Amino acid sequence: MEMQQIKFYQTGTFTVGNRLLGEQQRSVQANMARTNSLNSGHRACQGCGEALGARYAIDAAMRATDNQVIACNATGCLEVFSTPYPETSWQIPWIHSLFGNAAAVATGVAAAMKVKGRKEVRVIAQGGDGGTTDIGFGCLSGMFERNDDVLYICYDNQAYMNTGVQRSSATPPAARTATTMALGSEPGAVFGQGKNVPEIAMAHGIPYVATASVAYLRDLEEKVSRAMAARGSRYIHILVPCPLGWGAAPHDTIKLARLAVETGLFPLFEAEHGEVTHSTPIRRRLPVEEYLRPQKRFAHLFGKTEAVDTIARIQAIADRNIRKYRLVDERRHG
Amino acid sequence: MLRQTEGSHAIAESVALCRPEVICAYPITPQTHIVEGLGEMVKAGDLKNCEFINVESEFAALSVAIGASAAGARTYTATASQGLLFMAEAVYNAAGLGLPIVMTIGNRAIGAPINIWNDHTDSMSMRDAGWIQLYAETNQEAADLHIQAFRLAEELSMPVMVCVDGFILTHAYERIDVPTQEQVDAYLPPFEPRQVLDPQEPVSIGAMVGPEAFMEVRYLAHHKQMRALELIPQLAREFKSVFGRDSGGLIRTYRAEDAKTIVVALGSVNGTIKDVIDELRDEGYAIGAAAIVSFRPFPSDELHELLSHAKRLVVIEKSLAVGIGGIVSHNLRMALSGISLHAYTVVAGLGGRAITKASLRSLFERALRDELEPLTFLDLNQAAIDRELAREQAQRRSGPSAENILRDLGVR
Repeated sequence: MEMQQIKFYQTGTFTVGNRLLGEQQRSVQANMARTNSLNSGHRACQGCGEALGARYAIDAAMRATDNQVIACNATGCLEVFSTPYPETSWQIPWIHSLFGNAAAVATGVAAAMKVKGRKEVRVIAQGGDGGTTDIGFGCLSGMFERNDDVLYICYDNQAYMNTGVQRSSATPPAARTATTMALGSEPGAVFGQGKNVPEIAMAHGIPYVATASVAYLRDLEEKVSRAMAARGSRYIHILVPCPLGWGAAPHDTIKLARLAVETGLFPLFEAEHGEVTHSTPIRRRLPVEEYLRPQKRFAHLFGKTEAVDTIARIQAIADRNIRKYRLVDERRHG
Repeated sequence: MLRQTEGSHAIAESVALCRPEVICAYPITPQTHIVEGLGEMVKAGDLKNCEFINVESEFAALSVAIGASAAGARTYTATASQGLLFMAEAVYNAAGLGLPIVMTIGNRAIGAPINIWNDHTDSMSMRDAGWIQLYAETNQEAADLHIQAFRLAEELSMPVMVCVDGFILTHAYERIDVPTQEQVDAYLPPFEPRQVLDPQEPVSIGAMVGPEAFMEVRYLAHHKQMRALELIPQLAREFKSVFGRDSGGLIRTYRAEDAKTIVVALGSVNGTIKDVIDELRDEGYAIGAAAIVSFRPFPSDELHELLSHAKRLVVIEKSLAVGIGGIVSHNLRMALSGISLHAYTVVAGLGGRAITKASLRSLFERALRDELEPLTFLDLNQAAIDRELAREQAQRRSGPSAENILRDLGVR
């Protein structure tokens, strides 16, 4: 993108209003021609990060492909709240098959499009963290390994929210879920477990991997557009706070998503063919407490006696991310 | 064209003539030669306009097939045994979504104990998944049934399993009449899907359905299979007019017209049964047989009519419903309403145990004298069982049964 002089509205969030940008740089959602792929009227909870992420991601993909998108959905919140029969919020061709096979179904759709010579039609698979990092992981890895022409989007809300907030392999350490109770000597999810699927995706050497956040929606749109410009297997992992599962106010969804990034707990980066090509610097680095404290799933860390050691261990994870992905500009912060 | 060929390869050639557009392959004995054959044809350019995808599991194989079929491609895969169980969730899903996928089952036992040889436990476990199930008696029929299966699947928008006895058929070399492309094209029109994922006309497929409509959706699946009871014989007749031979249909009888004793079985064992029946007929016994080709839908009316004048029914089955006995005979009970006869269930050939002419002859002789137990296990080694039961009686930690029995038998 060419450098352009613009005036920022200093909102404290480093965001900029669309009207200050040139037409070409405005967001997909700001455009009346947006496709509303996931249309209003669905049954997501108030403040649902996944609904927001999916809406932005799929509309961006639609713009990038001249509206030639087919989506394959894993079982989960997104599937349930968008298609209670006979209603559907999807304005695009959409299929739901099973919990663990969205990536494979997408492979099949892509194969059908290829054999029919419809190169213009692009395929997206999508699911939550359970459908992606746990039960759908075999199919996902198979799709990556074959470099099938599919963009897989994981909407990560860090637990099985649809079934009532159970722990997944994306649940962070210390988080309370229905199956990692805030009890005992190590309350919440244990340290040293879980998997980093963006990095595992990179290890497959696929053309494009990115992480994104619903707090940085322009960045998310940009990454989806970049993903759709490429062919082969692509993966975008979007952090989508869940007010219900995280025990947070619906109006804090964006704030929490931003805090996850600014503390270093959720690094934003892009990778091509297994190598990190870009990471988004943290502009205002914050301690992890700022992110943890507003969430009831971490409430046990801030009881009568603050769990200083546990918080320090979480801080160490953030610090490691910051070092690893060079999230703080050393020249500025020296 | 007549050709001496392996069953699996005959099936592969037959499937290729149906112009499949997406084929998913995952190896499992004994179906592997089929997808290998197809892969070779795609790679060599003999099978054009076809995507051949090596997937990472059977669950993925059928899931890829679901996506491809929903996007309007004629889709094929094959599996067996553990593979069919591993894809079980997708088996039900493909049927629920009404996707006309054709899948070969190279029938094989299910472990433990792990066993690669033939019986029908695998496909029987999926008998109520909503797929049509056709069982081939010979390799010619196996090849022919695949051509009929695509036609049937696509007319009804419903998946079809073609069940072929592992090794006995899949690995046997026989003379096969391989059809021409013109014949198959005349019989099987291009796939026109009932529902398709297409950006030009967006639809949602696989939405959540609550109590207000779930029963109706399930009923429609049943209704379609009831239609298949008419369609299957019709397609077999059309097949004969194009290809000039009998293949398929609901049931196929053998010397059954005046038979007082009827033997019913599925698949390749019918060949041996017919030989034994010929011998017994020569000796003056009024015995005949019926092969069930279509197990789903179940041809109750045809079987009822067949058995209405019989005195005895002997069901030979290559599967065991542990805790009750036979699966096929259990299904047959529904067709016996109002008929009074002696019904014998014979579980035979589990895990590939050979079903010999001698064993069948002695079995049928006992049946003709009404000396059979209602449930018989053909050629069971009772001594081996007694030894293991005694061992279990004697000591708590008697060890793994399968290994104990093998040791007793001196098999290393």
